[in-house]
Amino acid sequence: MQNNVKRTPSAEALADLQAREQDAICVNESTLKHPWWYNLKYAAWGILFGIVFVKAEIVSWFRIQEMFRFESFHMYGVIGTAVVVGLISVLLIKRTRARTIYGEEIHIPKKEFNKGQVIGGLLFGLGWAITGACPGPLFAQMGAGFSVIIVTFISALAGTWFYGLLREKLPH
Amino acid sequence: MLDAIKQPWPWYVAGALIGLTVPYLLLVGNKTFGISSSLRHLCAACLPANIKFFKYDWKKEAWNLFFVGGIAVGALIAARFLSNPDPLVLAEPTAEYLASKGITDTSALQPAEIFSWSNLFTVRGLIFFIVGGFLVGFGTRYAGGCTSGHAIMGLSSLQWPSLVATCCFMVGGIVMTWFILPYLLTL
Repeated sequence: MQNNVKRTPSAEALADLQAREQDAICVNESTLKHPWWYNLKYAAWGILFGIVFVKAEIVSWFRIQEMFRFESFHMYGVIGTAVVVGLISVLLIKRTRARTIYGEEIHIPKKEFNKGQVIGGLLFGLGWAITGACPGPLFAQMGAGFSVIIVTFISALAGTWFYGLLREKLPH
Repeated sequence: MLDAIKQPWPWYVAGALIGLTVPYLLLVGNKTFGISSSLRHLCAACLPANIKFFKYDWKKEAWNLFFVGGIAVGALIAARFLSNPDPLVLAEPTAEYLASKGITDTSALQPAEIFSWSNLFTVRGLIFFIVGGFLVGFGTRYAGGCTSGHAIMGLSSLQWPSLVATCCFMVGGIVMTWFILPYLLTL
């Protein structure tokens, strides 16, 4: 499927895209309209991801303690390998000008620097070492049956919400 | 075969599979890997409260919610059917240090001495669940991403702001682990 898909978003759609792109790497605009069950592709990969998270013990508070105490290579190995595999994949995609399975051009949004990456990064780091979880493992811990993590998760939602509330007043 | 799967998976298997998420998401739908945004989409879906940051069409990012839903289901499958019958093998110095703080139960992935409902209304619960969770949610959004969005996706696409963010994650974590947690664990 090599048919070109033209991007001609309306002004309204563009404003909405910009709102979603704000402070997030994970948006990408597509002009394709798909039924909801096309999203099952992402759920399927999520399931594999969740299994890996638990089986490699990435969701464990203990492993994060080991990492920050520099007493185990495990987490550095996981993240390092993931970055190398991701890096090679992105290079290959760019080199071959690969398109998505629907024939769209692949686009990776550029990340602009702002003070948030420093201040927010430090705050997240503090929280990561306390909870032993970044957002991904929070979902995995709940799924794996650590029910009390629901409280941590709701608190993380509250943190995100308060960031949204205070956003204009915070240095960026 | 099943016995091998039940053992903890080595870092290179996990790292490779996690890294492959980057091309998978790009190729099946032009999506860039990032998990913490799901928290923002949930806020936008459930409690936008007329806040500008949450006023957008979150349904366009529904894929992200399917992905994190998948993570929970995958974790359930792993815990239910593939779980390792042996206790966690912890690095010797970490185990000794944690034991000195009264954390000795390594039978599960999470220490029962901290992450249990009986701690909910204690100082320990307040810090480890409420404060910790809040910092994760607030910090990742302020930083514009978490370990997946910055450390993996951002570094994979050679974006230097993501390198700055990743270094700050590590600095925050190290400061907490070495200078603050030793005190918090005594509470």
